[in-house]
Amino acid sequence: MTLPDTLEPASQGLQPTTDFEAKTDALGPERATSPLSTIRKYYKIFRASLVERMAYRGDFFFGTILRFLPMITTILLWRAIYEGSGQQSLAGFSYREMIAYLLLTNISRMFSSMPGLAGGIAREIREGTLKRYMIQPVDMIGYLLCYRIAHKVAYIVTSFIPYALLFYVCRGFFDGLPDAPTMAAFFLSLILGFLIGFFFEASVGTVGFWFLEVTSLLYIVMTLNFFISGHMLPLDLLPEPWGSILKFLPFQYMAYFPAVIFLGKIKGAALAYYLIAEVFWVVFFLVLSRTLYRFGLRRYSAFGG
Amino acid sequence: MAIIEADGLSKTYRVFQKKEGVLGSLQGLFRREYKEVKAVDQVSFKIEPGEMVAFLGPNGAGKTTTLKMLSGLVYPSSGTAKVLGFTPWERRDAFRRRFALVMGQKNQLWWDLPAADSFQLHREIYSIPPAEFKATLDDLTELLGVTKLTRQAVRELSLGERMKMELIAALLHQPQLLLLDEPTIGLDVVAQVAIQKCLRDYHARRGVTMLLTSHYMRDIEALCNRVLVITHGTLVYDGPLSGITAKFGQSKVVRLQFADGTIPEHLERFGEVTQRDGASADLKIERSKVAEVLGTILDQHEVADVSVQDPPLEQVIARVFEEGRKSHDAA
Repeated sequence: MTLPDTLEPASQGLQPTTDFEAKTDALGPERATSPLSTIRKYYKIFRASLVERMAYRGDFFFGTILRFLPMITTILLWRAIYEGSGQQSLAGFSYREMIAYLLLTNISRMFSSMPGLAGGIAREIREGTLKRYMIQPVDMIGYLLCYRIAHKVAYIVTSFIPYALLFYVCRGFFDGLPDAPTMAAFFLSLILGFLIGFFFEASVGTVGFWFLEVTSLLYIVMTLNFFISGHMLPLDLLPEPWGSILKFLPFQYMAYFPAVIFLGKIKGAALAYYLIAEVFWVVFFLVLSRTLYRFGLRRYSAFGG
Repeated sequence: MAIIEADGLSKTYRVFQKKEGVLGSLQGLFRREYKEVKAVDQVSFKIEPGEMVAFLGPNGAGKTTTLKMLSGLVYPSSGTAKVLGFTPWERRDAFRRRFALVMGQKNQLWWDLPAADSFQLHREIYSIPPAEFKATLDDLTELLGVTKLTRQAVRELSLGERMKMELIAALLHQPQLLLLDEPTIGLDVVAQVAIQKCLRDYHARRGVTMLLTSHYMRDIEALCNRVLVITHGTLVYDGPLSGITAKFGQSKVVRLQFADGTIPEHLERFGEVTQRDGASADLKIERSKVAEVLGTILDQHEVADVSVQDPPLEQVIARVFEEGRKSHDAA
């Protein structure tokens, strides 16, 4: 198995904020708060964050290379399993497909993993640095989203070469690239997976408003997610009804779903159905995180800030 | 229109009382006992545009809680406040664009980046037009003498330099109201004076309204002509700094220089002798009796020089705090 997503450097937790509800007011010299300027504002936050993240590029590079080492163990392990079982295919996955799947979940997690996000939010609540989002005309979740996108872009750019190298070395496990529509669906699922990962972890982080200590909760969530997202093994390998239940839940979009799209295991109507469900989950977690944040802030302000 | 109008502001916190030991912790899981703590109790005041006002009070008196209510971080338990015409805890964007809160113990700048990058981010967050931004920034960096330091990573700056950068960040959007919580905490005297000077100059130039808390009397003497004294959540004094002595100083210090070069014996019968130095002595005398006692002394002794002074302000304020504590404990 590859390691859970701990090697991507965690965010440093020193970030300012944004506002979804940029209100204008008749009083005083109002500066432009049109949607366009709001977008600009968040774009600039993105850019500033990108500069910050690039300061850690050396860290990224070595972190990425280290990630690949456990892959060798994984390949050997699955070879032993297939040889031991004496079967050509397990739950519809051939040995080559299995290795390809596990390589692809690394790509999924590259988008959907959010190291330090939930913990960072909880820490800002505990240490009171959350105040800056309350004082400045900027919304925390919007701000963190921009910061995270920048973080991801920096990460993907810096780890492109090592990843390309890895896939080149492992090209024997793949039957070339899938066709263009499949590739498009694959990328769409990665981006939606990023959003699910972000808003899910943001929701988890807001638990810090109610409980001061959240590290053990975060550990449980992360470990569980490693399994139920299909990062460890394809969900099809699980006995029914578990496989179907997990495919109904939002977590599969963070690892399993993009990988099986790429392998051509989901097509046509089923693909469309799952993509629509994925959009639904994005909206679900977006609303959830914002609602929790709003109630959390109310509680925070009542109990002393 | 007043910049700040606080009317009967109160804040009561519910504090969880943990019992001692393991057994106590276990009990706490099931039944929790809370104590109500009145951090701020019926505080009312008004601050007019352009004023520089200081909040004075011992630790835990409610200064920071009041600042938090005025900046919208905390809801009051009762009472109302209007800041710049807004109710602060609604946290409207228009309100947040017009004030700044600087906390000496918290930093807002990005640790690993030059301050200039954080300033850029502020520019975006507050949507400051580029030309205006540049003018304000040049102005402020020059005022604080840090023009050359803005390209250096914040973590490499000294504490004083960092505080200056924090101030610049807070002033970039030209707030109409500046709330400062312990802006000079932990700084050496030179840096303290530099921050004071900056605040004074900036005030003179822009006429911004300022409300600050500080433990350092020097800050307050240097900056504010109006003081709000708060002890145990209650506002006990609102007026000029010098007026504190008039209101709370119950005694005067009389310095006597004796003509014959020695301090006469039994000087203690006139009052407490706080200092002796050669032929001169300081005598602490109750305010109402100064004239009478001084008359007697002048009758009986040859006095070369005499002066009547108020006791040092710090002592008076320490007394006010102390009495606040006693009356609070008694109640």
